[in-house]
Amino acid sequence: MDRSREIFVCLLSAMALLVFSVVFLLAEDETVIGSYMVGGAVLLWIMVRMGVYEKVITAVSHHERLWASLVFIAALILLFFFRDNHYCLFLVGTIFCYTIAVLGLNVQLGYTGVINFSAASFFGVGGYTAGMLLNQGLVPPFAAFILGGVMAGLVGCVLLLPVLRTSGHYSALVTMAFALLFNVFLEVNESFGGPQGIAVPSFSLFGVDFGSDVEWGSITGSFYLRYDLFILVFLAIVFIMVRRVERSWMGLAMDAVRLDETASACFGINIVRWKVTAFTMGNVLMGMAGALYAMMLAYISPANFTFSDSLLFLSILLLGGMGNCWGVLLATSIMVVLPEKLQFIQEYRYLLYSLLVLLMIVYRPMGLLPRRTRVVTSEDVA
Amino acid sequence: MDGVLLAQFIMNGLMLGMMYALVAVGFTLFFGVLDIIVFSHGDTVMVGAFAGLGTYVWLQSVYPDIDTVWVCLWVVLASLLAVCLLGVVLARGLIMRLRSSPPLNTLLATMMLGTVLREAIRLFYPDGSNPQPFPKLLPDTSWVLGGVTVRLDSVLLFVGGLLLIGGIHLLINKTKLGMAVRAVAQDSEAAQLMGVNFSFIVLLTFALGSGVAAFAGLMNGIYYNEINFSMGVLLGAIGFSAAVIGGLGNIYGAIIGGFVFAFLQTIGAVALPFSSAYKDVFAFAVVIVLMAIRPTGFLAERSSQRV
Repeated sequence: MDRSREIFVCLLSAMALLVFSVVFLLAEDETVIGSYMVGGAVLLWIMVRMGVYEKVITAVSHHERLWASLVFIAALILLFFFRDNHYCLFLVGTIFCYTIAVLGLNVQLGYTGVINFSAASFFGVGGYTAGMLLNQGLVPPFAAFILGGVMAGLVGCVLLLPVLRTSGHYSALVTMAFALLFNVFLEVNESFGGPQGIAVPSFSLFGVDFGSDVEWGSITGSFYLRYDLFILVFLAIVFIMVRRVERSWMGLAMDAVRLDETASACFGINIVRWKVTAFTMGNVLMGMAGALYAMMLAYISPANFTFSDSLLFLSILLLGGMGNCWGVLLATSIMVVLPEKLQFIQEYRYLLYSLLVLLMIVYRPMGLLPRRTRVVTSEDVA
Repeated sequence: MDGVLLAQFIMNGLMLGMMYALVAVGFTLFFGVLDIIVFSHGDTVMVGAFAGLGTYVWLQSVYPDIDTVWVCLWVVLASLLAVCLLGVVLARGLIMRLRSSPPLNTLLATMMLGTVLREAIRLFYPDGSNPQPFPKLLPDTSWVLGGVTVRLDSVLLFVGGLLLIGGIHLLINKTKLGMAVRAVAQDSEAAQLMGVNFSFIVLLTFALGSGVAAFAGLMNGIYYNEINFSMGVLLGAIGFSAAVIGGLGNIYGAIIGGFVFAFLQTIGAVALPFSSAYKDVFAFAVVIVLMAIRPTGFLAERSSQRV
């Protein structure tokens, strides 16, 4: 395919995605939602069968920068479109926060292969740190947001020794034990609000309080709009950073550590250093995402950061395709929106959702968008 | 602390330890033959308890004046059979397919399977989302020995658990089937070359492990007089911790691990300066520290890597 056609394909698919998300988020009637889901799945299946899907993916991967800007613009349009819809904006904000957290998990697990079953706990460390600091009035909100990440990184350091010394199932146990410990601790510790949780003051930046509704000239909108815009910008920065790490020599070293520790040690790669870097980096990202999420939610409790939430993060990563940042974004959107939109099957949604993940693991273990093999020659990227 | 209280705590800890050990044995057995962690095992325990309760309710409604001994027998039998069957079906349908996937996928898949079991009980057992009272199947006689109250049902349960563990020990070490199980655990390909029916042995192991889990579930129900659909989450995590701190793949390690975990919980509840609500925090923290000291558990599996 020549260049102009590929660019056209990128434009077209970005628009299609935007239209589909708007229409899907607007849909409220159960039959309509159901038919969109079935329609989307059938369309996707036809595209895969006819080979169009593969071509679209190739076109997008050739023009990733353009694609990324298109997605960013599409997200802005989406936010503008839903500017006074609290519910949709909140959903989109949740998607952004979760995406940042899962990108952190992606650095740990997708790149370096460090197993972390306590992602939601680090997310919660960030949230609780921000909440406690802001409630005490110790620091301004922006510092609380940064410190949420720092705190999560520090708490992660406590787990470093056992995580580094163990591998596989044993490593899974360490983080799992931490996730359970963290949750029980929050439940029983009265100074952190116990099972009821704590209220979190709203975020503010340059004197603008994010807790009040938006009035920019003639544009009025929900207060979530400010959060979503800020989180979107932060997400874009994190996304670019994580992609850069992946493509740099750091990512190469991390891949080597994941694929074969012994071989990479033989090539002089310091395994401990890369594992520590990836684990801490991931935890900091989760913590910062958690701090933002807590401030957006305005109220957090231990029930937001349970072991099942850690499992949700892992499922998102697996569903999207281990190591693929775009897959993370796609899978987060699906996993956050689907249960909300499937309200009409209320009771049965967790059952269906876990069955879905189960089927996914058995029949498409690589995820929706498998990570592509690293491109080594420069002609392919040009 | 006075001796009476201490004795009470020791008895309590022993009961808990037996329960955890029974769950941990399942984890370690499955890991032995298939090299994967079946994390839905905790929920299998829960299904066992609910199967027992369901049988009890059904028996009460159909034969209201049946003798308690028979009720007890039928409940245990039905629960064991149902859960053995469940274990075999799940192993055949799902878990054996996961053998070649990466460990993370199997872990996540089995956790999702656990969620499916949990949700299924919550939705399809009558009033399943609320805790269910568990019937007193055993006589509630108790003796007072030197100030210490000894409940007959606890003693019976403990002895039952011991017998079960003894039975597994004999089965694994003294019979031809057990030899096959051990052979598969050691090297499944070599075992197949020697004529061991691999699928049969795996399914047998799953039946065995799940049956033991069902007993643990009944034990839990009788001991606490109450069961609920989410009790498997913590039991599963504890069983897995016990199996790992004992050393995965080693049955005796799992048993030791179970008692160690119960011991830690008891210590956390009584002997430490902070509130007893922190007992799980303490126990899991110690598990993390133990993993840092002995990364592959007490009775470690021998591991060497060929490059």
